[in-house]
Amino acid sequence: MDIKKRESLDWFFKQAFKATGLLTICMLGGIFLMLLYNSIAFAMDIKPVDFFTGYQWNPGNANGKYSILPLLVSTGLVAAGSMIIAVPLGIFTAAFLSEFAPPKLQAVLKPVIEMLAAIPSVAIGFLGIVLVGPGIAKLFGIQNGLNALNGSILLAVMALPTIITISEDAINAVPKSYREASLALGADKWTTLFKVTIPAAYPGLIAAVMLGLGRALGETMTVLMATGNAAAMPRGFLDSIRTITATVAIEMGEVPYRTTHYFALFAIAAVLFLITLSINLLGEYFANRLRKFQA
Amino acid sequence: MADIKLSAHNLNLYFGTKHILKNIDIDFSKNKVTSLIGPSGCGKSTLLRCFNRMHDLTPDAKIEGILKLDDLDIYKKKYSVTELRKRIGMVFQKPNPLPKSIYENMSYALKLHDFPKNELPHLIESALKESYLWEEVKEELKKPAVKLSGGQQQRLCIARTVVLRPEVILMDEPCSALDPISTRKIEDLILSLKRNYTIVIVTHNMQQAQRISDDVAFMYLGELIEFDTYENIFKNAKKELTKNYVSGHFG
Ligand SMILES: Nc1ncnc2c1ncn2[C@@H]1O[C@H](COP(=O)(O)OP(=O)(O)OP(=O)(O)O)[C@@H](O)[C@H]1O
Ligand SMILES: [Mg+2]
Repeated sequence: MDIKKRESLDWFFKQAFKATGLLTICMLGGIFLMLLYNSIAFAMDIKPVDFFTGYQWNPGNANGKYSILPLLVSTGLVAAGSMIIAVPLGIFTAAFLSEFAPPKLQAVLKPVIEMLAAIPSVAIGFLGIVLVGPGIAKLFGIQNGLNALNGSILLAVMALPTIITISEDAINAVPKSYREASLALGADKWTTLFKVTIPAAYPGLIAAVMLGLGRALGETMTVLMATGNAAAMPRGFLDSIRTITATVAIEMGEVPYRTTHYFALFAIAAVLFLITLSINLLGEYFANRLRKFQA
Repeated sequence: MADIKLSAHNLNLYFGTKHILKNIDIDFSKNKVTSLIGPSGCGKSTLLRCFNRMHDLTPDAKIEGILKLDDLDIYKKKYSVTELRKRIGMVFQKPNPLPKSIYENMSYALKLHDFPKNELPHLIESALKESYLWEEVKEELKKPAVKLSGGQQQRLCIARTVVLRPEVILMDEPCSALDPISTRKIEDLILSLKRNYTIVIVTHNMQQAQRISDDVAFMYLGELIEFDTYENIFKNAKKELTKNYVSGHFG
């Protein structure tokens, strides 16, 4: 019978979708468990106190130093720097796009911004080495332009598409009636933007920043190439650094299996995972509030 | 003939190539309530929004003709829109308080026009009293405005307009989102406001038009069909179309 056939097809697809969904969850859980398992193995070798308080990452030999701090500070420094650049730039670009840009300019700018997201990170890292880095060196009169500032600038470029796109959605989602209320009272466009539209879009803007930050924290290739590769505690933006991601990428290839060093790399990856996970969750939370607000 | 506060002559408006308002000539008298009536889509809101230049935001709107507030040419280049909108306030169909507190909704309007800080509380209080809202909110001025009931929100929006002491208040179906009791309160408010302001109001409610208007303008398909006192429009309309519309036999 036709109906029977349709019902069994229905059942089949339901199960298939359920299975793919479950598979995704299993992968996430599996990754987390693997990180956790190896991190626990690491905690047997090195006291967690030393892991979180020392200031040296010097792994490998018999009395290697395994402090995550220099890597964590490096990661935080370049990510923070990138946000200092990308957040104002991104939000103002978004505001310009949605409130001021004539439709023709919008039609050109939007695809260009989205294309920015499609540039491979290795290409951006390359630009950092041959262009931005030397520029920084010249500007500040220093030897080596491959430093945290360089990484911040490149990560800002990479986080911009995310920040702009989500911010623009947030600003567009502010009801037109708010703008009309403000304008009808005699406010000009700028006052309306800063006093009414942007404050009303805050949840969405926070989501945009969180997701942009998540992108910057997790990025590997660019920072590996362009920040000088020095696993020491940085003192400022002009120091070379090495992020958690770059450390794992560099060292994982040559570390002997199941050594302290090997476990240590899982431990720092686990810390990064927890940080990006919470930032993404926070971003999602605010993005959801935005969606509610739209309805 | 009473003083004319607000007028349009030979007004034509186009959205792109669509001709929306056709050769409108209309005079609104000072300290009177004039209702704009007519079937949906006939251009009432569009006409209303010409007077406070809300169409400036629509790039493809083209306006021809002369609109005047007293002797001032509303579309004169040198005259600031900001100042114009202070003199011609607007209340919208859906109450649209800003996502701020009750007090901030009022102070926002005043701050835009550089009223001295120390006068704000006094000005706000008197505008809220004038809008019959003070007694209901005086204890909780810090409460978010969106927590008020729909009718209270609309009275707040009227108060926010009134606090700037405009000369004209434009209202676009201010009661259509409200229950009958809130509607009555707003009608009373409109009647008391006309002592000081000239009011133009769009309404679909014929009873409301009769209760509050001095003059009534009937529009149809972008044209002004008939404009007269409310008695004449409702009891002896000259045009067949108007008669049919106000008596509900339409179409
Ligand atoms: N921004 C716009 N662009 C193009 N056309 C528009 C725009 N705004 C309104 N119109 C058109 O202008 C005409 C008049 O609209 P308007 O909103 O003034 O009608 P109205 O009389 O207020 O109707 P209602 O009683 O339903 O509010 C309609 O045909 C509408 O489709
Ligand atoms: Mg309308």
